[in-house]
Amino acid sequence: MTRHTLPPDALDETDRAILNALQDGFPLTPRPFDDAGAALGLTGATLIARLERLRAIGAITRFGPFYDAAAMGGAFCLCALSAPAADFDRIADLVNAHPEVAHNYARDHALNMWFVLATATPEAIAETAGRIEAETGLTVWRFPKLREFFIGFRVAA
Amino acid sequence: MTVLDDTDRRLIAATQAGLPLVEAPYARIAADLGLTETQVITRLSILHARGIIRRIAIAPNHYALGMTANGMSVWDVEDRQAEALGETVGALDFVSHCYLRPRAPVWRYNLFAMLHGQSRAEVEDKRAQVRALLGAACRADDILYSTRILKKTGLRLKDG
Repeated sequence: MTRHTLPPDALDETDRAILNALQDGFPLTPRPFDDAGAALGLTGATLIARLERLRAIGAITRFGPFYDAAAMGGAFCLCALSAPAADFDRIADLVNAHPEVAHNYARDHALNMWFVLATATPEAIAETAGRIEAETGLTVWRFPKLREFFIGFRVAA
Repeated sequence: MTVLDDTDRRLIAATQAGLPLVEAPYARIAADLGLTETQVITRLSILHARGIIRRIAIAPNHYALGMTANGMSVWDVEDRQAEALGETVGALDFVSHCYLRPRAPVWRYNLFAMLHGQSRAEVEDKRAQVRALLGAACRADDILYSTRILKKTGLRLKDG
């Protein structure tokens, strides 16, 4: 993922309109770019060219279907633990060594390490958390999502 | 439980990295998989209706778009109102992810909202907007800024 910020003039009004409009509901039709473009006053070919450029400059990370891992039989769980400051890096290595740990962030809180477990089955979440507890001697608090609210992030026009 | 057949799995594998940027992307995928365009569109429509596809969309790169500051805001809101409040907070245009999660003995917060801004001051301003919106239904809140990425890997779909 691009970790640099684009110059402010990298996107024009049309780019911003595309970014906002395509955060949901891309058509499942034979000519979806024509259909999505029509709503924006663009031809399909122009929309494709714009998306190619947005992808090339790193303004978008991906474009396509977003699959729900849980619906496919997998499981996700946000977890957190409190690692003593002096031992933080060693604990991080122990946690990260598990392939089930998809990502892991240090955060400024008493619970200072937040990671997401991604497993093939729901049972494997508890098993993996249990292994991390045994290895680190720390409690792994589990915060599975109970409900998700998604509307989308808007780019300031 | 969800049942996916082999064709669904091949379709997911062929599209999880993204759709081809061509005039007829579903026809292109169909050709690659030995299916018809109609079969691809029908199967994707069914996966969408079943919630296996959450949405077909672009994912903006917040960081590249100047949203270099982000904080995980967390809120202790009354359980009975949590669903409605989650809908309200999730609809804010500066909130990218919004979830209800369980509390824990060391953790009183049940509503999580990821806030993005061009600076930490802007994120704090947005946090104040959320606080004003929640009003008396919110008993306490906090915000956790990430100080370091310790690990980041993409989501991979396992075969089989």
